[in-house]
Amino acid sequence: MNRALIYILSLLLALASPAKALASGAEEAFSPKEMVMEHLMDSYIWEITSVKGHEIAVPLPVIVRSSTGWHVFMSDKICHEGASYEGLYIAKEGKYKNKIVEDVAGVQKRPLDLSLTKTACGAILALLVVMVLFLVTARAYKKRDEVDYCPKGLAGIMEWQIDSIMNGIIKPCVGENYLKFAPYLLTAFFFIFVANLLGLIPFFPGGANVTGNITVTFFMAFATMLAVNLFGSKHYYKDIFWPDVPIFLKAIPIMPLIEIIGIFTKPFALMMRLFANIFAGHSIILSICSIIFVTAHMGVALNSSMTAVSVFFMIFMNFLELLVAYIQAYVFTMLSAVFIGLAQEH
Amino acid sequence: MGLLTPSGGLLFWMTLAFAVVFFVLAKFAFPAILGSVRKREQYIDTQLDAAKAAEARIAGIQAEGERLIAQAERQKVEILKEAAAGRDQILAEAKEKAGEEAARIVAEAKQQAEQEKEAILASARGEVAMIAVQMATKVLRGQLDEKQAQQSLQEIFADEAAQNS
Repeated sequence: MNRALIYILSLLLALASPAKALASGAEEAFSPKEMVMEHLMDSYIWEITSVKGHEIAVPLPVIVRSSTGWHVFMSDKICHEGASYEGLYIAKEGKYKNKIVEDVAGVQKRPLDLSLTKTACGAILALLVVMVLFLVTARAYKKRDEVDYCPKGLAGIMEWQIDSIMNGIIKPCVGENYLKFAPYLLTAFFFIFVANLLGLIPFFPGGANVTGNITVTFFMAFATMLAVNLFGSKHYYKDIFWPDVPIFLKAIPIMPLIEIIGIFTKPFALMMRLFANIFAGHSIILSICSIIFVTAHMGVALNSSMTAVSVFFMIFMNFLELLVAYIQAYVFTMLSAVFIGLAQEH
Repeated sequence: MGLLTPSGGLLFWMTLAFAVVFFVLAKFAFPAILGSVRKREQYIDTQLDAAKAAEARIAGIQAEGERLIAQAERQKVEILKEAAAGRDQILAEAKEKAGEEAARIVAEAKQQAEQEKEAILASARGEVAMIAVQMATKVLRGQLDEKQAQQSLQEIFADEAAQNS
């Protein structure tokens, strides 16, 4: 109910703001849609804040192989208005909007772009956090007599979480082979969970929209697809190519076709679910935040009352997103485990 | 950058970073953590089993102890009963013996007394007889001067001797 209300509210705001900006005609119009998209899309620079119109941002490395060879430099060289560096610049519009392009014989072309973008850095940060957490936990065990040692502090929290995922998801869903798949599923769960949480932190080095990026979720879903299909049992493949259905459904390969499509739809659903949930959560929070700025020109009374409403809903949404951060990591891991388990049946 | 189009560069970094983290964790972290947790679980399981066994043994020992106490109690009662019976018997026997002894002593004393009485009587009779004979002798010395008197006395003695024998 609340969520629907917030959707409607933010939609109304998105529609209303350009009209309002036109009507007032003063200053540069604030566009919530642009602001939201700007925060959620990947970028070559990690902006922190702007003080009096001056942007404060962390430059990120740009690694590009253009028609003139490899180019490696920090992104602050090309990120301000109209800048170009070594023949490379960021397209303002067109097919490659906001991406690094080069002009080859008057035609805008996209070079091979391996830049460490904001999302890439956010993902690496999340993975580093996960790695440190696990290695510290593992060290706590290695140092002590494992039989008599009851972990405390960080190791205790990590063991609690690992145990809940192991016994709550991996063991029941995967079946007898669960230890083989536990490292992947645990890494996936904690990566998604940590990335979700880091995404909720509104300031640097959090706030990167990692799990709400289609490339990241595509990778995670692809990894699950590999885990399912590379280790699938004979029975699993027999069910795909020669299932137990009447022969006329197999002679014209209707069922095999459906099953083969199913191989791809399952990870596709995983990819879209995670992406859409996190993306939506971030956009709602940002939209509610933009209420303050949209109402800035509408008088003190309206602006202050809407600010109160906005802050209230932002707090509410952040709590909701905290829940979603866990649930989506849980759901992704559980469905991955179920798909893997189904492919393990004999 | 399109909302729904994956970007190659990001995919490259994501794959690289995830693969590195995955292999590092799979090699160094998960075996240690999961192994330790499993070992601890097994340890706790065995300890619980041991505790259960110990509890059962303690319960057994307690029952055994109670059984022994009850047995000892019964034995005590029996021993006390036996002791009481033995005491009564001993007392009774002692009384009986004492009674017999007393009776024997009394009987002996009576017999002795009887014998002594007999002896006294016998000696008294003898003495009386001697005295009587002496007296008679004295009397007779005076009277037996006469033949006739001698004869009749002879007869009297003969009669008496016949009666006494």
